[in-house]
Amino acid sequence: MSETRTRGEALPILVLSTTALLAAAFLPMLHVAPNRLLAGVPTSPHTAWLFAAWGVAIVCGAVRFRGHGVVVASIAWLAVAGLPWLAGMSADTILDGAARTTRVQLASGFWVTWLAAALLLLDRLRGTRVVVQAGAWGAALAVVVALTVTGAFDGLALVREWQAQRAPFAQAVVVHVRLAAITLVLAVLTGGPLGWWVWRRRRADGIVVGLLAFLQTVPSLALFALLIGPFAWLARAWPTLGALGFGGTGAAPAVFALWLYALLPVVRYTVAGLGAVPEDARDAARGLGMSRLQVLWRVQLPLGWPVLLAGLRIVAVQTIGLAVVAALIGAGGLGRFVFLGIGQGAIDMVLLGTLGIIVLALTVDLAFQVVLALTERRA
Amino acid sequence: MIEFEHVGKRFGERVVIEDLSLRIDDGEFFVLVGPSGSGKSTLLRTVNRLAHVDSGIVRVDGRDVSSVEREALRRGIGYAIQSVGLFPHRTVAENIATVPRLLAWSDADVRARVAELIDLLRLDEPGIADRYPHTLSGGQQQRVGVARALAARPRIVLMDEPFGALDPVTRESLQTRLKAIQRDTGTTILFVTHDMDEAFRLGDRVAVMLDGGLAQVGRPLDLLHRPVDDRVRDFVGGTHARLRELAVRTVGGSMRVGDRADGEPVDAADSLQDALASMLAQRRDRLPVRERGAIVGAIVLGDLVAREP
Repeated sequence: MSETRTRGEALPILVLSTTALLAAAFLPMLHVAPNRLLAGVPTSPHTAWLFAAWGVAIVCGAVRFRGHGVVVASIAWLAVAGLPWLAGMSADTILDGAARTTRVQLASGFWVTWLAAALLLLDRLRGTRVVVQAGAWGAALAVVVALTVTGAFDGLALVREWQAQRAPFAQAVVVHVRLAAITLVLAVLTGGPLGWWVWRRRRADGIVVGLLAFLQTVPSLALFALLIGPFAWLARAWPTLGALGFGGTGAAPAVFALWLYALLPVVRYTVAGLGAVPEDARDAARGLGMSRLQVLWRVQLPLGWPVLLAGLRIVAVQTIGLAVVAALIGAGGLGRFVFLGIGQGAIDMVLLGTLGIIVLALTVDLAFQVVLALTERRA
Repeated sequence: MIEFEHVGKRFGERVVIEDLSLRIDDGEFFVLVGPSGSGKSTLLRTVNRLAHVDSGIVRVDGRDVSSVEREALRRGIGYAIQSVGLFPHRTVAENIATVPRLLAWSDADVRARVAELIDLLRLDEPGIADRYPHTLSGGQQQRVGVARALAARPRIVLMDEPFGALDPVTRESLQTRLKAIQRDTGTTILFVTHDMDEAFRLGDRVAVMLDGGLAQVGRPLDLLHRPVDDRVRDFVGGTHARLRELAVRTVGGSMRVGDRADGEPVDAADSLQDALASMLAQRRDRLPVRERGAIVGAIVLGDLVAREP
């Protein structure tokens, strides 16, 4: 048994290290372009170093001597924190004496290697204590943040793009968060009671969930487009609504569509959360004289809370992702960077929007996990 | 006082209770006994309106339950069930305090009552009040369940097979405790079980419920001696009926006053079943009987066997 276990543990090391090695060897780390719109020329500095480091990791995975795990974890951590630093240094070297419009872009080799390193670190940290995990990731994050602040990445096109767009980017983040937050609040306020109703009348389950599941199958782009007509009509029919910024495009139809998508998971998880409460506890609560509302507040919500929160977490992350498309109907948000970037062929702009969305989604996800961990310990 | 008047109840096509009338007096320990599916649990649940009746009237203290506000009705009636249904996110003390809290008792009153009940139900393990239900044994959980049912000093308590899932020793100790508490407080208890021994041990009166109707209602001995039909006879135990009778009768009622015997004495308040067990254990066919510390007579095996109904 212990043999199969170690073999199972070695597999991720071999696969991920080999991926990183091949990426370092054959994919370009950076693209050097004459300006932000033209395609770049691939270049790969420091290949020998990276090659050596991943070679050591592969040997560790193959030989599995005592303490090989620590060596692999160290290499992975160094890659996660150090690859951006290496890229930033290379950019500075390349830009030294080059034309002002020259751009140094992160290329596929960087992303694949970095992702492989991050996955490897994730794999190595699995099963360790929470303190160790938080420490490792926190330290890597601290290194990257410190390097950002000291200007180590200033040569990279991504950072240049961000510096040029600082104000619109910050505004887009605010708009994006606002879209998601309003959607989430609306979805909870409507989906919660709907879920409760569905849970009480099991027979309604099929109809409501079926309808909401059908809505999920409508492609988001199509749904946004379909809503333009009705919302434009609403704004014309009630000018007061139009004056409030209600119209065929903009935030209103975007929130409406996002809300429709959020309803299914909210209803599903509400039903699951209410169902997670033991039948006998509910029977006792009713029999002892709690009203339906008291049963809900004092028994069902405290006991179903972890399930409900897990649902909200999924809805929040899903909404942040879907809100990208909302930019197409003029609702703004980080999606604007993605679509504007695609339109202009400015890949760094697309990347900037995408990274913003990923960081936002991860932050929200982490926040929900922290809240869940804190409230679960109490119960 | 609980009264059922021509009560009927059906689930879809299936008749669960059919034209049932019954009166349970104040201070009575009344046991509904019957096989599963006989409708006894449903009948119990009509009292606190967890089940509504399709026809007829259920009265508590003379008032039609359907005319009383549901939550108020339930808060005035204790309720304990086989699966206990303790709230897993609340401590033992908080669980017990459920109904007093709903009735907005003062903190001091709640604390005092919880302490009293923990004592009354022998939950005297140190620190048990602040523990969570999943850390308790099955017997302890059910003690908490019973304490919760009794917390607001209800005059009526409904119990649906509360001891059904416990081991025999724990069950018997809880039965004894419950019977004592009921006798001391004069609480009216409506108790549902499928265990005939439990019914006879606890009940002042026992109703045998078969197929949604009351086959026979009476004191335990009535059911044993004069079953109205074969169904009741079979259910109360067939040839085991005499053995059950020994459990219901006391030594005091069957002893030969003034007679003497050798061996370890039995108590006059013990059941004849206990006396028989003592005889078997001591390999004797007669034993001395003790009452308030003094030997008052003897109990004889032949009398147990030959006793006329």
